[in-house]
Amino acid sequence: MSELYDIIIVGGGPAGLAAGVYGSRSRLKTVILQKGTPGGQAATTEELENYPGFPRGTKGPELMKAMADHAESFGTEILNEEVVDLDLDGDIKVVRTKSGKEYQSKIVILAPGASPRTLDIKGEQEFRGKGVSYCATCDADFFEDLDVVVVGNGDAAIEEAIYLTKFAETVTIIVIHDEGILDCNKVSAEKAFANPKIKWVWNSVLEEIQGDGLVERVLIKNIKTGEISELETNGVFFFVGTVPNTEFLKGKVKLDDRGYIITNDKMETSVPGVYAAGDARVKYLRQVITAASDGAIAAFAAEKYLAEEETFREQVLKADKPVMVAFWAPQVEESIAAIGELERIADKLGDSVKLVKMDTYRNQRVASRYGIKEIPSLLLFNKGEVAVKIAGSMSEEKILPHLYARIKSK
Amino acid sequence: MIEVDKTNFEEEVLKAEGLVVVDFWSPKCEPCKELMPHVAKLAEKYQGKAKFCKLDTAANRRLAISQKVLGLPTIAFYKNGEKVAELTQEVTVEDVEAKLNELV
Ligand SMILES: Cc1cc2nc3c(=O)[nH]c(=O)nc-3n(C[C@H](O)[C@H](O)[C@H](O)COP(=O)(O)OP(=O)(O)OC[C@H]3O[C@@H](n4cnc5c(N)ncnc54)[C@H](O)[C@@H]3O)c2cc1C
Repeated sequence: MSELYDIIIVGGGPAGLAAGVYGSRSRLKTVILQKGTPGGQAATTEELENYPGFPRGTKGPELMKAMADHAESFGTEILNEEVVDLDLDGDIKVVRTKSGKEYQSKIVILAPGASPRTLDIKGEQEFRGKGVSYCATCDADFFEDLDVVVVGNGDAAIEEAIYLTKFAETVTIIVIHDEGILDCNKVSAEKAFANPKIKWVWNSVLEEIQGDGLVERVLIKNIKTGEISELETNGVFFFVGTVPNTEFLKGKVKLDDRGYIITNDKMETSVPGVYAAGDARVKYLRQVITAASDGAIAAFAAEKYLAEEETFREQVLKADKPVMVAFWAPQVEESIAAIGELERIADKLGDSVKLVKMDTYRNQRVASRYGIKEIPSLLLFNKGEVAVKIAGSMSEEKILPHLYARIKSK
Repeated sequence: MIEVDKTNFEEEVLKAEGLVVVDFWSPKCEPCKELMPHVAKLAEKYQGKAKFCKLDTAANRRLAISQKVLGLPTIAFYKNGEKVAELTQEVTVEDVEAKLNELV
């Protein structure tokens, strides 16, 4: 059993690393559990040119190394661990790793990112590492003076294809759309069209990969004519999107039907104290900058959560006298009147009771934990337990008897 | 781990008796660099039972391709100079050790 962390971050891509920077800079004891070297997908691309402030020529591995160093400089620990199981329900979360260790924390930020999608084309599995690849940076130099095929036409596909032309003799991109139509950004499209090493096959999909031990040729199907043609090649690179690395989170937090983690805009998941950031969550744009942004928000929200929980524990649960917790909201007129009434009552009783006001507009968590459906509502706590629950307008007749009973019984 | 290249691959691997494990890697391959220290630990643990080599494919591309390695990381197992097993891409050190136990 390890010491207690404030924040455990699962995954050390840009989302996890940014959360680490924010978490440890707020003086929270923060650890990142990352299988292998940190950096995530962003460390697998040499062409990373759209992270603001880092102009053309920036390389993914360098930027990610800088982020990891940055997080560590504020005190974030980065450990080489693969998370396999989590226990998220209690106040103290337990995280188990493949190496058999257990880590404990008050907060968990899930940032496991995504992995390349496979298409299950005939030969794709068989020729993995034999010419089939999902990582240009890893494998490009094998293909010096050889011919390769790229499947896909989004940003990653076209940018990695351009990178591959630095090595390969020819790079043939297979595009499912009509001639001239690509899903990637305009700048990359123009660059690719102007590159003499890039060849195009339009209206087509990859049908099969063949060879003897190594990739030798592919079969390409024209989806308009149904015609199948053969192309000799030494390599096939797939860039056809990604799938979230959330298999180990099934049944732990709410996922959508494609496996992405569902969060609100504070990065809160369906479980209190558990946040998600980066490519693994449901979102519109999956990039380094949005992953980093998510990480910052998650860590900031986590810090607020810890502070609020701590305050609640100190002021309410550990109090040595009865505590009235009043749930109000600035937009509910009646609740403002109720607060006024409760303040009068508290004054009247002096030191023997305490009043804690909960603005449910800013913090709904405590309200929902105690099943508060109506505003205003009052919970009377005694010795850390809810003794009485009162909803609606507040008055002396409604409340004083309960208070007197508690004060006397003390 | 013994560093092998085109000058000594034949001697150290293809003409070697017993079990030889070759870790194919390159300086640009992040997953390879993360795997290698773990493989080095296995090399110590299995000392005397298997020989461990590493091959930089960036500097020995033709040699790698002659061994039908065209993707990284790849861990190949040779027995009396004959390739008997291979693990490639998304390789974990647990996989390597399991395969090793099968073969020693
Ligand atoms: C080829 C390619 C090119 C790209 N180019 C660009 C670009 O130019 N600009 C741009 O902005 N974006 C680019 N992207 C997208 C960008 O890389 C991602 O949006 C970003 O990396 C997502 O960050 P993340 O932290 O959410 O996840 P990831 O980067 O996927 O990192 C998640 C990390 O968590 C680890 N992990 C997963 N599960 C576990 C577990 N159970 N235990 C421990 N660790 C775990 C993984 O190993 C991984 O390291 C590119 C992506 C690819 C694939």
